[in-house]
Amino acid sequence: MGLQRNVSLSTGLRYKGHSPFWAYILHRIGGAGMALFITIHIFSTFADQQGWKIGGLVNNLYTSVPFQIFILFCVLFHAINGLRITILDFFPQKLMPYYRQIIYVQLALFVLVFGFAAVSVVATALGRM
Amino acid sequence: MSHLKSRKLSLAKRGLSFEMFMWAFTRVTALAMYGFILLGVIGALIMGAQHHLTFVEVLRWALITNPGHVESTNLPEIAPWVSSFWRLIASGMLLTAGSHGVHGVIVILDDYLPKDNQRNWNRYLNMGIFALVALAGLYIIWTA
Repeated sequence: MGLQRNVSLSTGLRYKGHSPFWAYILHRIGGAGMALFITIHIFSTFADQQGWKIGGLVNNLYTSVPFQIFILFCVLFHAINGLRITILDFFPQKLMPYYRQIIYVQLALFVLVFGFAAVSVVATALGRM
Repeated sequence: MSHLKSRKLSLAKRGLSFEMFMWAFTRVTALAMYGFILLGVIGALIMGAQHHLTFVEVLRWALITNPGHVESTNLPEIAPWVSSFWRLIASGMLLTAGSHGVHGVIVILDDYLPKDNQRNWNRYLNMGIFALVALAGLYIIWTA
């Protein structure tokens, strides 16, 4: 038997896990978002290559600015958070005592890389207008 | 922080369960994907990305080194970007990311599926979709 759940969504969201909890939630959102995007993207590119119109229509959605920023958020957060998890898991005794501080380092890195990527997307879109 | 200390049992004594294997697999594939991305970025810089691609176009290329990912850019010569080497790297990334991802999706959905038969279907469906995605992806990479 699987687990039974007695906690509502609103109670769950008020859980005071702070940064590690939000990192965990965003890691899942990013991973699920990427899995969904890559599945649709590969099928639509395949359709496009076969000359089916639906493929080109779906692929055009990906070039819109809001979508690119969303998928960049998914990819970059998941990649940077995943690297933190991997490093912490490989050196648990040395690094686990500092796991909260390490999340702040990770967030600073993420804001830097994601900010640069988002600016690049917007600048490219403005340049093509 | 004594409660954070890990147990000092050797792998042989602990035994390698499926969960333990997938735990290691997720982390090793994450590092492998960083390797693929780094290779893609270095390759792009060697092939002249700094003059013809934007930062996001380099990222898109590095994530999957597929010819289609540089078709709509300002590159004057696409030939070096379309080689068996880059198709091989793209295939490696597709299968690594796909297997990492399908495991992740199954783990996430398991949290919302309490019944055993739901969890079985979760595995069959997602692994089936992954097989189709892998085939379509490899077809795109090698025929584009």
